[in-house]
Amino acid sequence: MRKSNLRFGIILSLIASVSILLAHNFTDFKTTNKKAKESGSIISAKANITDTSSEAFDKMMSVLTHKRCVNCHPSGDRPRQGEDSHIHRFEVQRGADNHGTPALRCNTCHQNENNNYSGVPGAPDWALAPIEMAWEGLSRVEIARSMLNPASNGGRNLEQIVEHLTEHELVLWAWEPGVDSEGNPREKPPVPKEEYIAAVKEWAEAGAHIPEE
Amino acid sequence: MKISFTINGQPKTVETDGNTPLLWVIRDVLDLKGTKFGCGKAACGACTIHVDGNAVRSCSYAAKFAEGKNVTTIEGLSDGEQLHPVQQAWVEEIVPQCGYCQPGFIMATAALLNKTPNPSDDDIDKNIVNICRCATYYRMRKAIHRAAEIQSNNS
Repeated sequence: MRKSNLRFGIILSLIASVSILLAHNFTDFKTTNKKAKESGSIISAKANITDTSSEAFDKMMSVLTHKRCVNCHPSGDRPRQGEDSHIHRFEVQRGADNHGTPALRCNTCHQNENNNYSGVPGAPDWALAPIEMAWEGLSRVEIARSMLNPASNGGRNLEQIVEHLTEHELVLWAWEPGVDSEGNPREKPPVPKEEYIAAVKEWAEAGAHIPEE
Repeated sequence: MKISFTINGQPKTVETDGNTPLLWVIRDVLDLKGTKFGCGKAACGACTIHVDGNAVRSCSYAAKFAEGKNVTTIEGLSDGEQLHPVQQAWVEEIVPQCGYCQPGFIMATAALLNKTPNPSDDDIDKNIVNICRCATYYRMRKAIHRAAEIQSNNS
């Protein structure tokens, strides 16, 4: 009698666990699809959370958490700089439009391309990411959530996020960071550019799933 | 390459490697020696000029970017014999010591007053970040406030 009760209990628990798992995946699938629909994305949200898309996420986030990205996504009003992400020297400030203060603009020093004489980096539209897009101090999952949230991503839909991540010249500068003022090459992100671009697209096409922490 | 721009109201065309820092075109090609070389790393601000009215560190500004632009150096800041308010204030407050970095400070301050005519101390701290090894900062701060006053009176 005791044995059969125990067996019955185990079976019930198994059924409950499977149901919860299925329900969770279904909710996740619905949420992802709804998000993609709401964003007006032409990228199909398959929401097939495969190992491949998880690998793509890992690859993408290893780039987005790199100093070449995070130095300009600070959580305060001072940019970060250098390999050790120290506060930008010379009292440089975010300013009202993320391009510096009225007479100390980003482009007082940073032009449209790297300057190998001075070691000052440059790319078109050199600026800080708006404070809503602060990534400094966030985990990779928190960054990804922030990136997908229209309230903190500048109102971009998934397609526009992919475009920003894979085509914007300031983002792609990370793979051509030039040399510092001592002539030492700046560190590039850990994944080659083409591989990173492919990973971003793969992750988005698979439903832009963000794994749990 | 040929690069054409206006400098201190004069149209100029120079033949140079486009990546040459504009500082060296100004000093060595156009023979305007008021703009100084300090650190060469866009850090000290001694080479500050205006490009289309904005302060720019000319040691870190490739000459090719000047194409079609309006460049002003310390030599072109005054209105003929009439000193710019910042220059006038610098004289009144006897700011310079060795003087080497001062053209950069004056150009940076003139750019600040264009955007913020009556700067607070905080505005000065956040906009004028050039370096003076004689540490004339205290007199400069007074001179910046005085320049704002002169500018306001002139207008």
